[in-house]
Amino acid sequence: MKFGIIVFPGSNCDHDCYHVVKHVFNQEAEYVWHKETELKGFDCVILPGGFSYGDYLRTGAIARFSPVMNEIVGFAKKGGLVLGICNGFQILTEAGLLPGVLMRNKNLKFICKNVDLKVENNSSPFTGAYSKGQVVSIPIAHADGNYFADSDTIKKLEDTNRIAFRYSTPEGAITDEVNPNGSLSNIAGLLNEGGNVLGMMPHPERSCETELGITDGRGVFESVLKAFIK
Amino acid sequence: MKAKVYVTLKKGVLDPQGKAVMGALQSMDFSEVNDVRIGKFMELEINASSKEAEEARIKEMCEKLLANTVIENYRIEIE
Repeated sequence: MKFGIIVFPGSNCDHDCYHVVKHVFNQEAEYVWHKETELKGFDCVILPGGFSYGDYLRTGAIARFSPVMNEIVGFAKKGGLVLGICNGFQILTEAGLLPGVLMRNKNLKFICKNVDLKVENNSSPFTGAYSKGQVVSIPIAHADGNYFADSDTIKKLEDTNRIAFRYSTPEGAITDEVNPNGSLSNIAGLLNEGGNVLGMMPHPERSCETELGITDGRGVFESVLKAFIK
Repeated sequence: MKAKVYVTLKKGVLDPQGKAVMGALQSMDFSEVNDVRIGKFMELEINASSKEAEEARIKEMCEKLLANTVIENYRIEIE
């Protein structure tokens, strides 16, 4: 399976994603500079975390107009697998591939810690290796992860099972106390209508190796591989 | 010509920065402050001859880039 890892000016988790795909899962990986106007031969595209364009104006707002984004929108519309992590999630919302917006964290702080997430949907290509209701621990590292959308959109997301991950207690309870950033409905990860685009604030690529202490992020990549083999 | 663009948060959208500033003002004895909303102000230098035609262009800039209309409103002033 071949992964394309998009590099924007200011991306800083691109190497982590590359490393995990290439060295942990032994798959093909290639960096794609944001100025590229062609996106060919990839089975999955990853928009990594970081601070594209310095987060100027709004997070993801300028990166969304990088030339490669036209290709990514086309790839996603054709059913191609697109995974946006952290800043990648922010770019996907700005690009309109996912609804809503990620605002400044409610407590105004940059939060970097492991959080518990409840897997709400395990029928997507990104979550199929998890079981429904499973609680996984994956790190977050962001200042703008406060998910907001109007109430109709939130209801639609709930009704159509498009919330992939929610911030939860270790037992799987969805409470305000464990909501790190103020996200509506504790949303940590979201699918598009077709299920082929996932945006998530937590960093699965930072939790794939025992050397790093936690390995719950592996499931995201294992799911993608599993979906591809099918 | 010069254009001014004001981008403000829509009503009902939480503004933690505004809340923090309000808290600071109140703790400084400016107790009459009930609410603070923080927005953005942009000045654009523009080469254009017709004010009317340019207004439509700036509106397009706001819709596409300068504001995120999910959470923000914008207002344009052309001088």
